[in-house]
Amino acid sequence: MNERAASRMRLVGMIRKESLQILRDPSSIAIAFVMPVVLLLLFGYGVSLDARHVPLAVVVEQPDTNTASLIGSFQHSAYFNLKSFDSIHAAQQAFDLREVFGIVWLRNDFSEQLLSRGNASIGVIVNGVNANQARITQGYIQGVWQVWLGHYARSRGMELTLPVALAPRIWFNAAVSSRDFLVPGLIALIMTLIGALLTSMVVAREWERGTMEALMVTPIRIGELVIGKLVPYFVLGMGGMLLSVATAVWLFEVPLRGSFWLLSAASALFMLVALGMGLVISVVAKNQFVAGQIAIVVTFLPAFILSGFIFQISSMPAAIQLITHIIPARYYVAILQTLFLAGDIWPIVLSNCAVLALMLFVLLAVARRKLHKRLDA
Amino acid sequence: MPPPIARSCSPTEVMNNASLVFEGVSKTFTTGDRSVTALQSLDIRIQAGKVTGLIGPDGAGKTTLMRLAAGLLLPDAGSIHALGMDVVRQPLQVQSSVGYMPQRFGLYEDLSVQENLELYADLQGLGRAERAASYQELMHMTGLAPFTRRLAGRLSGGMKQKLGLACTLVRPPRLLLLDEPTVGVDPVSRRELWSIVYRQVKEQGMSVLLSTAYLDEAQRCDEVILIHEGRRLGQGTPQYFSEPMRGRTFRVTAPGFTKRALQARLGATPGIVDAIIEGEHVRIVTADPRLPDLSPLTSGQGALHIEPAEPIFEDAFIAALKGDQAVASARQLSQFPQVAPVGPEQEAVIEVCGLERRFGDFYAVKNVSFSVRRGEIFGLLGANGAGKSTTFRMLCGLLPVSAGKVQVAGYDLHHAGARARGRLGYMAQRFSLYANLSVLQNLRFFASAYGLGGARGRARIAWALEAFELKEYSGDNSDDLPLGFKQRLAMAAALMHEPDILFLDEPTSGVDPLARREFWQRINALAESGVTVLVTTHFMDEANYCDRLVIMAEGEVLARGTPAQMKARFRSDELSDPTMEDAFIGLIEAHEQGGGDAP
Repeated sequence: MNERAASRMRLVGMIRKESLQILRDPSSIAIAFVMPVVLLLLFGYGVSLDARHVPLAVVVEQPDTNTASLIGSFQHSAYFNLKSFDSIHAAQQAFDLREVFGIVWLRNDFSEQLLSRGNASIGVIVNGVNANQARITQGYIQGVWQVWLGHYARSRGMELTLPVALAPRIWFNAAVSSRDFLVPGLIALIMTLIGALLTSMVVAREWERGTMEALMVTPIRIGELVIGKLVPYFVLGMGGMLLSVATAVWLFEVPLRGSFWLLSAASALFMLVALGMGLVISVVAKNQFVAGQIAIVVTFLPAFILSGFIFQISSMPAAIQLITHIIPARYYVAILQTLFLAGDIWPIVLSNCAVLALMLFVLLAVARRKLHKRLDA
Repeated sequence: MPPPIARSCSPTEVMNNASLVFEGVSKTFTTGDRSVTALQSLDIRIQAGKVTGLIGPDGAGKTTLMRLAAGLLLPDAGSIHALGMDVVRQPLQVQSSVGYMPQRFGLYEDLSVQENLELYADLQGLGRAERAASYQELMHMTGLAPFTRRLAGRLSGGMKQKLGLACTLVRPPRLLLLDEPTVGVDPVSRRELWSIVYRQVKEQGMSVLLSTAYLDEAQRCDEVILIHEGRRLGQGTPQYFSEPMRGRTFRVTAPGFTKRALQARLGATPGIVDAIIEGEHVRIVTADPRLPDLSPLTSGQGALHIEPAEPIFEDAFIAALKGDQAVASARQLSQFPQVAPVGPEQEAVIEVCGLERRFGDFYAVKNVSFSVRRGEIFGLLGANGAGKSTTFRMLCGLLPVSAGKVQVAGYDLHHAGARARGRLGYMAQRFSLYANLSVLQNLRFFASAYGLGGARGRARIAWALEAFELKEYSGDNSDDLPLGFKQRLAMAAALMHEPDILFLDEPTSGVDPLARREFWQRINALAESGVTVLVTTHFMDEANYCDRLVIMAEGEVLARGTPAQMKARFRSDELSDPTMEDAFIGLIEAHEQGGGDAP
């Protein structure tokens, strides 16, 4: 048999063995399929950074048609669940008991001010413990108030006299739905899990069970060993990506404005980077526990926290922002959010892909230097 | 005694016949600031077409040598040639024609027997056309044919080892390296493994290098290389080693003594290198062909009966390695205090009746009954998975019983588990020590765990360091200790609270023969002082050290009695002096023919 046929046979043998192991190992299946589904459902349905159905207390000290109309506006908004209170004290009590998240307070001179000046002030109290939700709620309240004020003015045939008129237009994600950027970002997380965590752990498992030593004495080349090991996980990772994209588009109705093929190509590149990280980790960690810990701390958590997936990178402290530059997920999240919400913006996609390609090159160079068919290297 | 000298070979013979040559090979490992020299300018030559045994105590450098030969490690100095190829320069070519089975062979437990074979056939580049015949042959040879679809993880220890060997042989290599292939394998499977190896040598002309910790296996090799502390002590046929011992081995009995008392005294006598219990007599090896004067031993309590014995390889091994250690340990044995006898000698301290343990619908232990008398060494002998450890855990109250009655030290374990446990010491199979605590810290912890505080705790720790010769290691992390010392520490920990019953679960597994001897000396001293000892083992020769034993297979007791009774059952015309291993294999075969399912 010539060397080329033998090489192909070894490679196919490795791939088949690895695939069988994936199919039989409940933990691989759990990480590759169950975990993505759980994460998708969790982030798609459970975790939302939007304020919706916020319990809001309203205190109307002197009800009349104007206050009724304003309260009506709040009631129509999907963002709030209203609770009426007779006095600000009762509302504050409810606030202290955390029954309501905020209070809108219309004082008894509300209509009077409105009639005399064409404008009035309302009291707004928001629970600031959760700063993010407080800011969003405050914004929503302001929005409802301004829209109502505009209506009021027009209905009376007068121009609203505000020093600056705000006419917001939100691009890319008109409904400001956090799901639309969370779900695409999740794909980066899922692929990191499969690529780095699963791969580093299965390589470590070979060391742990002593199978690596037996493999190394066979005529297999180190390159065949690595490729044979990675191909099944590449397929698995791309499967996870497709599952996530399908769920995002069909279940959560996240728009995919860019091209699917560009998305797939960029994802394949990121998948290789994730596999490369897994490979480099497995050079250091020869048991599954350590490999898992390193993979979580070095790849998964940064992909979660520092990639811009949930937390805006530009609002991080400068030092942390610097660190985010070495997190591959950061570039992939940027690509994902661009392709899903904006479209094929080539400069953004290409520049991020270039960084990922550079990272892949470095990882492969490190793996190449460090991987030997020897035990003491 | 000077170590045996290597047989000299003429250079041409070496060039023509050697399949593996080490010349001046050194290898040092560095971890942190410690460096360990595994091999020191080692020269060896393995003859083609023969089975060469690599024998040496734990840490002698056997595995390092194997890995160097397989191209998995680089030597610091020297050259290695396998089948005429330079292993350092051409590792891939060497690996194409060398088969290597590491100590824990890399079977994929979640792949079936067939899938494991196919993987190795792919990796070894076995052509499609040759496969069917090769698989059939290997499965037939290993007796695995009925199990090809079974997952490797579900095979018994012996079957796994045979499958590992089959995977290595799927494309017959010209040089086969086997690193302790028979460790932890039951005697029946061991015999089968050996016959497979010899068949390869005969049919394929294969060269085999095999390392082993079982000294009786040295007898089965064509040639033996003895290594110690990274150096070669000698090379030659087993007879070459054992022949100089002729006239230096004797069997001793003394009517007025228990065999253990006799062994302890003989072991402490100057001029005697080794004294072990072998059934009803004590077998000794002397330093000189002249028998030392033994009359002071008996001090008028009766005559010694001494007869010459046939020398075996083990005698040479012990004589070459032991040196003056024997006297040193014997001195320490007086450290074991006498346990105050609580009841009469013949009183049963452990009573087991109809013991059963089910896991689902699987019986791990089935209808086991025996009783153990005070001060007795009682053995549970069986292959892996025979139910020994499960029985033990139930006796110690670590595992609830499914059915049956267990009384330990007069307590019913159902009701008074905790009180019974205070009276017993337990040494688990894997020495439950804290790897990153020092010897002293481990001892302190176990003392406090048994509630030994203040002066008593300090006294027990001092005793442990003294009696087990651990003083100079007291600051070392227990993980860094040699295996034999780990074992001592584990035993010291189990004895901290002066239990009167000691449970030892496979205490000598993986420990080299020298450490095993020392360990048994301590056990004997304990038993002499009145402690009841229960021990599980798969070393057949250790069964000889027990007063009585049961042999277990598949959760059932196959036989019970003294070692002599067991062996007597298999005495026949062809087998005038059956060993414990013969008895064990005979019992297992009778059991399997009697309708027991193969595992």
